[in-house]
Amino acid sequence: MAVKQILMGLNGDEAVAYAAKHALVDVVAAYPITPQTIIVEKFAEFVADGEVHTEFVSVESEHSALSACIGAAASGARTFTASAANGLELMWEAVFLASSIRMPIVMAVADRSPSGPINIHGDQTVSLGCRDTGWIMIYCENSQEAYDSTLQAFRIAEHPDVQLPVMTMLDGFVLTHTLENVHILEEEVAHRFVGRRQPMQIDVAGQTVPFKLDPKTPITIGPLQLFDYYMESKVQHSEAMERARPIVTAINDEWAELTGRKYGDGYLQPFKVADADAVLVTTGSSAGTARFVARQLRAEGKKVGLLKVRTFRPFPHKSIAKVLANVPVVGIFERTHTTGSLGGPLFNEVRSALYDGETRPVVLGYYGGLGGRDCRPEDFDGIYKELLKVKETGKPPKSLVKYITVRT
Amino acid sequence: MAKVKTQPGYKEIPPAGVTFKPATDYKTGDWRNKRPHRDEKKCTRCLTCWVFCPDAAISWDGKDLHFNFNYCKGCGICANECPVKCIEMKPEE
Repeated sequence: MAVKQILMGLNGDEAVAYAAKHALVDVVAAYPITPQTIIVEKFAEFVADGEVHTEFVSVESEHSALSACIGAAASGARTFTASAANGLELMWEAVFLASSIRMPIVMAVADRSPSGPINIHGDQTVSLGCRDTGWIMIYCENSQEAYDSTLQAFRIAEHPDVQLPVMTMLDGFVLTHTLENVHILEEEVAHRFVGRRQPMQIDVAGQTVPFKLDPKTPITIGPLQLFDYYMESKVQHSEAMERARPIVTAINDEWAELTGRKYGDGYLQPFKVADADAVLVTTGSSAGTARFVARQLRAEGKKVGLLKVRTFRPFPHKSIAKVLANVPVVGIFERTHTTGSLGGPLFNEVRSALYDGETRPVVLGYYGGLGGRDCRPEDFDGIYKELLKVKETGKPPKSLVKYITVRT
Repeated sequence: MAKVKTQPGYKEIPPAGVTFKPATDYKTGDWRNKRPHRDEKKCTRCLTCWVFCPDAAISWDGKDLHFNFNYCKGCGICANECPVKCIEMKPEE
């Protein structure tokens, strides 16, 4: 039985700000950038009104924002920041640093297309560019999921077996600026769910000390590591990411019990995939539109399904192979642009996950929604029809990857 | 290939590159190519150098100052900060 919740009209950014408020964040260091600005603005209001105990650090750039968060997190504080596109690009150096020195920071990323041509609207190119930075990455479909995932993110990040930063993505404008009904928890219930940050205990020089900067138990965080120790630290980082796998699921389950909202196994949300002739795989807000179309096509008797990838890091390659094992044709729709490669990150990861299967499906990639271009139901309808045609004729098109909604 | 292990493996070292020995075990004094020489008569024992030394290589025993050359890297900050200019940096021999 889910707990009592409060229904509010919130856009995605506000939903994230409420989640950060409910997470009892100690330090927020952030810099405004469209379409993330409302998160920071709303949170600054909470600080000004004395509704939170948070230290709000106004910084001069995104590089400083994440750097300040790293310092705060190293002292044992719960830290939060938010950014988008050009801002995230500017903090790039610190993005790697945060994860490799194991700072459990939570960052909301309001997905916006990279410049240029200069653009403020949504696509996922920049956040997916972070796929090798060692952060846990969660893509949200709607504002409700943005609230839910942000609260979950603190639990995942700070888990002593994980101790890694988490990025939660919400599509620019489509989610960040669009009013939705969002259920939020009562503060005390949320506080009980997130708890307080407990520093991980580590063994240093023969004694067990908390992993934080504390004069009583001094440690050095972030020292120089060259060819002698660098690789060992990378393997440790990789193992921490592997340990995060069951924790993402466990916290998603705990959340489902508390709120009644469940996001599949925390990684994948399949919709009518088991008997499907064709399945579309996508992330973020596009999943909602594609599910709407899949439902319509099902009503017409067409066997189509949808697979929403919610968590991109750690990437659920094994469960993707399992879920798509009997699907003959798979389409990957991504709001990402990669040049000089066969398909974008989602296409490559999914296709690679299917390589070891007994029956390899035909996998086709679709680029769309770049620079905030609409991803309309008719566009997904077109993709589904094309996938079904491939199933029927058994002939894949010459080009495996293509752009949709582009004028010729 | 023969297994040669001279340093601890990834399961033995603390996470995130936290040093697995106390900082005092890392004797960094051999990086030094200039050594501080203090004129004890000129020195007023104001302890400015003690405050500024980034390696805590200067100690105060209640009467006088001492340089610990196991840790002094020869950066010269003490000489630069000394208000009476009683410290001179001379090349190591």
